[in-house]
Amino acid sequence: MSRSGYCPQTPAQVREMLQVIGVGSIADLFAVIPDGLRARSFELPDGMSEFEMLAGMERLAGKDRRTVVPFLGGGSYDHFIPAVVDHLAGRAEFATSYTPYQPECSQGTLQALYEYQTAICRLTGLDTSNASLYDGGTALAEAAFMALRITGRKKILVDGAVNPFSRQIVRTYLANLAVEIVEIAPVKGATDRKAFLAGLDDETAAIVLQNPGFFGGVDDFSDLAEKARSRGALSIVSVYPISLGLLKTPGEMGADIAVGDGQSLGNPLCFGGPSFGFLAVRKEHIRNLPGRLVGETVDKDGRRGFVLTLQAREQHIRRQKATSNICSNQSPARPDLPRHPRPGRVCRAGATQFRQGTVCQGGARGHPRGVAPQRGADLQRIHPQPADGCGNRQRAAPGTRDRRRSAAGTLVSGLGVLPGGHGNGEA
Amino acid sequence: MELIFEKSVPGRHGTIIPRSDVPRSDDLPAGLLRAAPAGLPEVSELDVVRHFTTLSRRNFAVDTNFYPLGSCTMKYNAKAAEEAVRPFAGVHPMLPFLPSGEGYVQGSLGVIHQLSRLLAEITGMQAFSCQPLAGAQGEMAGIMMIAAYHRSRGHQRRFVVVPDSSHGTNPATAAIVGYEVLTVPTAPDGDMDLDVFRKTMNNEVAAVMMTCPNTLGLFTPHVAEICAIAHQHGALVYCDGANLNAILGKVRPGDIGFDVMHVNLHKTFGTPHGGGGPGSGPVGVGEELLPFLPEPRVAQRDDGSYYLEEAAESIGRLANFHGNFGILVRALAYITMLGRHGLVEVSEQAVLNANYVMSRLKGWYELPFDTICMHECVFSASRQLKHGVHALDIAKHLIDRGFHPPTIYFPLVVKEAIMIEPTETESKETLDAFIAVMIEAAELAETNPEALFQAPRSMPVSRLDETKAAREINVCCSG
Repeated sequence: MSRSGYCPQTPAQVREMLQVIGVGSIADLFAVIPDGLRARSFELPDGMSEFEMLAGMERLAGKDRRTVVPFLGGGSYDHFIPAVVDHLAGRAEFATSYTPYQPECSQGTLQALYEYQTAICRLTGLDTSNASLYDGGTALAEAAFMALRITGRKKILVDGAVNPFSRQIVRTYLANLAVEIVEIAPVKGATDRKAFLAGLDDETAAIVLQNPGFFGGVDDFSDLAEKARSRGALSIVSVYPISLGLLKTPGEMGADIAVGDGQSLGNPLCFGGPSFGFLAVRKEHIRNLPGRLVGETVDKDGRRGFVLTLQAREQHIRRQKATSNICSNQSPARPDLPRHPRPGRVCRAGATQFRQGTVCQGGARGHPRGVAPQRGADLQRIHPQPADGCGNRQRAAPGTRDRRRSAAGTLVSGLGVLPGGHGNGEA
Repeated sequence: MELIFEKSVPGRHGTIIPRSDVPRSDDLPAGLLRAAPAGLPEVSELDVVRHFTTLSRRNFAVDTNFYPLGSCTMKYNAKAAEEAVRPFAGVHPMLPFLPSGEGYVQGSLGVIHQLSRLLAEITGMQAFSCQPLAGAQGEMAGIMMIAAYHRSRGHQRRFVVVPDSSHGTNPATAAIVGYEVLTVPTAPDGDMDLDVFRKTMNNEVAAVMMTCPNTLGLFTPHVAEICAIAHQHGALVYCDGANLNAILGKVRPGDIGFDVMHVNLHKTFGTPHGGGGPGSGPVGVGEELLPFLPEPRVAQRDDGSYYLEEAAESIGRLANFHGNFGILVRALAYITMLGRHGLVEVSEQAVLNANYVMSRLKGWYELPFDTICMHECVFSASRQLKHGVHALDIAKHLIDRGFHPPTIYFPLVVKEAIMIEPTETESKETLDAFIAVMIEAAELAETNPEALFQAPRSMPVSRLDETKAAREINVCCSG
């Protein structure tokens, strides 16, 4: 009899099946495993009912300080998630389906991903988006890989105002390759243009920037993107997607690649995961895109439908050749890593964006979700002037804290949210 | 069906933002702002609900259909495991990085630590990192750790050895970490050809990568010998844990001699596939590789409290935070409910179900390896090919009958491969219904192949023009 309730065969059915197979017992099915290779230990606790498990998990969760109000930011943001998002993203037809390799029975997932790709293009101002990656930091590492492949060069300049955890991920990914990563330290939290221009040369594959920066500064990187292009380097901008309702887009700046983390698009904090990473590029880079890509086509009756495309369907044929030949036209950069899109998270993004994008108050600036975070920043800004050392370029960004911690700290301590802790506005 | 963008009506809107009582500050300068709105759809909440609900109904899913996808382990996703995430959903991942911050997240750190310990016991490894965000990233972590190990010992190693039956991710991962790949052919008995393997091994091989049981669904007793030969040459051995569902409680890769492995929480441990993600690929190591585990790691003090620690020789960070935490909670819930006996039952029932399907179908399809299988079996559509019918056509017929097809055209070593993994959560009635349709397809291949070429006919779309999709690239609605 089944111990867990998830194995439905009754003892009578088991007997019948063993007979069909032609063995006497289940143990016979494992006879090929010699004694010397059998498990030496399997000391796990006994199982329990759903009720008891949930009580145990609730007790464990009780050891978290769940009443803390998180103003921490740093890549994870506590936005309100409208009820409809959970409702739709949680549908079993999305949540328990598989990667859409058989398109005829996966048009739901495929069309949702195509719509997601379109939305990311509209937000970032770029031509082409893939169907998502693991998270923002790994998306940044993938973008770095792309730039190395496309240019054939071996140096990357990274702004120190890029999220420090994302920078660490890039270092991990590139550690085994003969690639130089040069970090350009910010000056008072702002991008050091002089140092960037000094470091930019004919060996530079890419410059990597973030907007808003990790310290909250808002910038326009058009000048740097143009300089990079003139030297044959790519520009990669990591962005906070909600801010793109208001802020100048990577596309408008002339950047080649935009990446970022999609947690803020309808995903709960959940101790940092799961989330998804987005990656959008200018048209000319499409064949170097990593990850899944959904394209529109027609069926044999002329009806519109969607399929995975430009994928190494033959990845199991391409294997190591696909990656050593990393400028291949047939497949994205690392086709053999089954870079499954994260439709579970992406459907949340879709539903959220389409929900929120509808609230056009006054039309001209578009996305009011960008407005709400700015209000939140206003809460933390005690003085109306920009912080010392920031010119017009750098204003405390929507949704971030004022860099003058004493003022913010006073506020935060006064609220009693984190005793003695101002949170950390810096790397 | 229209795109959501095509349903947009200017001026329509959905949810409203709460009123703010925060005094407004100066607007940002115009030069920092986007020139034109994003052009996201203007739709109502009902529009959104109808759209996505209707889309969802154009999908197959485990909750509605049988998915006998070999190597994917599409088992039922326990709803109790979903429920277990709820009390953890509001915790911010940066909390433990504050001074004394780990005191705020003892529960969440506890999830990670407890899951790691359970995975270590299940697999016979010394320790796990739950940071990798997918199986492929777990593989990458494993090969990076092997590279770090060799570097630390001053070894110059260039190669990674894989069998030609391996999943494509194995050689691809090796290549990304900078290794050259040496491929060993499969012998007639389904094992890696040991003679060729012995000749291939040398002192420049960094690692051997294997799947255990292998990708043909067979347990290979030579696996211990392969580990020993690799170690004799100073190489380490990586286990692709995708097929762990077959051996829970029966075999532990750590006991056999594997130095590092990844597990797939979305396969063996029943977390949902979500249409392709998110998954989770924790990576486990033996003694030699402990220093190189990704950081930060969750450690435990003598008083039982948890904390984050870094390590000088770690390969570094792989994810922005702590891994796919919501998936880790689900896996912990699953293991907790099943316990020792429940997990053993998983493997036994998975292997029983696969052997039953194999026995019933072997009269109808060619069976390249006619022997007791593990949790999956591999057929070939070679008999049907004589009538011009390919594995693909069989697959499309299954769709018409409401079954997601098995894995086709993998592993490469079998022509017109059809790989079937029922999993332990399927009933005999479901298996019998699937078998009946597979037999029907075999019969149609002989009597009326045209019917198979036209399949599927009952879905919202028929076969799609993938050539056109690649030639006339349209991956973004420009409207």
